[in-house]
Amino acid sequence: MPDNKEKYAQLEEAIAKHKGERGAVMPVLQEAMNIFGYVPKDVQEKIAEGLGVTLAEVFGVSTFYSQFSLEPKGEYVIDVCLGTACYVKGSQKIIDKLAEELKIEPGHTTPDGKFTLNATRCLGACGLAPVMMINGEVYGRLTPDQIPAILDKYRAM
Amino acid sequence: MELYRSHVLVCGGTGCSSSGSANLIERFEQQLKEKGLENEVKVVRTGCFGLCEAGPVVIVYPEGTFYSRVKVDDVDEIVSEHLLKGRKVQRLIYVDHKTKESSAQKSLAEIGFYKQQQRVALRNCGVIDPENIDEYIAFDGYRALAKALTEMTPEQVIKEVLDSGLRGRGGAGFPTGKKWQFARASKAEQKYFVCNADEGDPGAFMDRSLLEGDPHAILEAMAIGGYAIGASEGWIYVRAEYPIAVKRLEKAIAQARDYGLLGENIFDTGFNFDIHIRLGAGAFVCGEETALMASIEGRRGEPKPKPPFPAVKGLFESPTNINNVETLGNIAQIILKGADWFKSIGTPASTGTKVFALGGKINNTGLVEIPMGTPLRTIIEDIGGGIPNGKKFKAVQTGGPSGGCIPASLLDIPVEYDTLTSVGAMMGSGGMIVMDEDNCMVDIARFFLDFTVDESCGKCTPCRVGTRRMLEILQRITEGKGEEGDIEKLEELAESIKSSALCGLGQTAPNPVLSTIKFFRDEYEAHIREKRCPAHHCQALLNYVITDKCRGCTACARKCPVGCISGELKGQHVIDTSKCIKCGTCIATCKFGAIIKE
Repeated sequence: MPDNKEKYAQLEEAIAKHKGERGAVMPVLQEAMNIFGYVPKDVQEKIAEGLGVTLAEVFGVSTFYSQFSLEPKGEYVIDVCLGTACYVKGSQKIIDKLAEELKIEPGHTTPDGKFTLNATRCLGACGLAPVMMINGEVYGRLTPDQIPAILDKYRAM
Repeated sequence: MELYRSHVLVCGGTGCSSSGSANLIERFEQQLKEKGLENEVKVVRTGCFGLCEAGPVVIVYPEGTFYSRVKVDDVDEIVSEHLLKGRKVQRLIYVDHKTKESSAQKSLAEIGFYKQQQRVALRNCGVIDPENIDEYIAFDGYRALAKALTEMTPEQVIKEVLDSGLRGRGGAGFPTGKKWQFARASKAEQKYFVCNADEGDPGAFMDRSLLEGDPHAILEAMAIGGYAIGASEGWIYVRAEYPIAVKRLEKAIAQARDYGLLGENIFDTGFNFDIHIRLGAGAFVCGEETALMASIEGRRGEPKPKPPFPAVKGLFESPTNINNVETLGNIAQIILKGADWFKSIGTPASTGTKVFALGGKINNTGLVEIPMGTPLRTIIEDIGGGIPNGKKFKAVQTGGPSGGCIPASLLDIPVEYDTLTSVGAMMGSGGMIVMDEDNCMVDIARFFLDFTVDESCGKCTPCRVGTRRMLEILQRITEGKGEEGDIEKLEELAESIKSSALCGLGQTAPNPVLSTIKFFRDEYEAHIREKRCPAHHCQALLNYVITDKCRGCTACARKCPVGCISGELKGQHVIDTSKCIKCGTCIATCKFGAIIKE
């Protein structure tokens, strides 16, 4: 994992790459998300300074879109699909079970920083409903009783 | 070009990829190599075959053998039996849900799921390798662009699209040719042609499948559109949640530039056109055209009042035309085959086909493309194969958070723009979610309102505050705290939001509530007056009861987290409903089906 100095250097690069481009704030924020995993205030300040826009503008964008997180996420991010197809097939029960097992509410991270639980919009895998994704790995046709075993796999990692 | 005796097509669509089709490809390639067949058999990762329920799907040509739910462990057998010895692997061949017939002796078009479909927009999905421009070209790719640029004037292109009757597939159904006409009429140095690939409706994934399965078709249509309206620059705004689509688009754009099909002086005609991609960042409202353009400009995706319309003042203050992915998926075919051909499909006011993402409580979940005017019943019962587990059909939801629920009594209506709107639903982008008797319609209305409240951008008051008030009322009703007069209050709020919200999101947000009140008013009344959920869904309104099927095995009592189940060994148990937290553990535990919710 790159240390902080290296991450900031990558950020500078991203800013330089998009500087002068029309509508650069979003692509730079997206790159910052990839570099840091979230966009804390000092990163947003650097982006504003680097692109020559106000911090208010950057903050306005970063808080508008759900993909920009102002807080660090867990090692494993669990996205449970709450799209319509998954919902009618019981995905609420899946997320309830996860919340119970992890002892956190959706939108939060476990105190040990291991898991973040999110309720997400349609993942487009409606044929496999109900669906969840852990760090990009898709689990489909789920039932609540499968949850503990799946979590154990990641707990052991 | 190399020739192969067999092609193994592995679906690389969303559903199949999610269930591991990439591993299948790897295994196929490795096994073929081991058997020395790598120069005889080619493995192709295609776009979506549509029948996600049967995924991961593998089709072997020239026989057209349709293998379903293939696992990595099955690959060796397909290679050694089918590809080496010519014996089909019977146990993996797709069996029709409804007829229980094996598809062993059938071609793809004869399978129940495909029989009544007609693929225009999805024509290449599941047929070609989307990452290979040569395969697209072999299927008439870029011929329409060549025809438009070398044989037609921009006005003729627009006339062809106008005459075809093509209407916007993103939801509202505005005639595409008219849009192009308006953008053509605006005079400016710079114009833009934008593709709206911000597919946000929950339960809809046709745009994703089209982008992943046939990206060049979208690029070609954008170039044709750019020529028609006089734009040299195109933008695709695509959801960041669709990484494969983004990757394939980037690859396709690079290939097209390489071949001179994008860039400067295309086909030596002096026409220049290039395309940029911009990623969304998770905001449903960005599907609204003015919000989408604000987002491309790097700002908060908030909509603006219209007029001025984008055709006059759009992206970067320049005249802009914006079309949905599926709409564009039809363009090349219209130019090649003509408006009359397109008009011959569908109904007079809704020409052509429409792709639907069939999901929810239905046997054949997946993507279907049908001629407009097909009865809803055909889609649900014949193509969709009916409702699983012997349950009863209750309603089908179309149009996502802007649409409505259509009850069983209206199943015979034809699927076309105006008929759907007249029953309080809408075409929308094409999500079609089937619900059975276990789904509570009040809860579904609550679910959609929860979505719109969350996604409302907050700019205008009717949407920001009004939808929240509606959600609060619905929440109360599903919790058993509904009051007399709540239904009327919901209707009143709905009417004022519809007439005063700034953009399409707010104006249509009350639709799911209005349509469920219209067709399922009795369910609302049961919740409010009798504190009862007829579908046995709303937790707060349910009591768990042990019936006389109970054998007294004590399993439920041991599992109950609050210890509210009591009874003698081998005697019928009882639940103390005052202590019960309605967690459902007992139902999941009982082997005799003795515990019910009522």
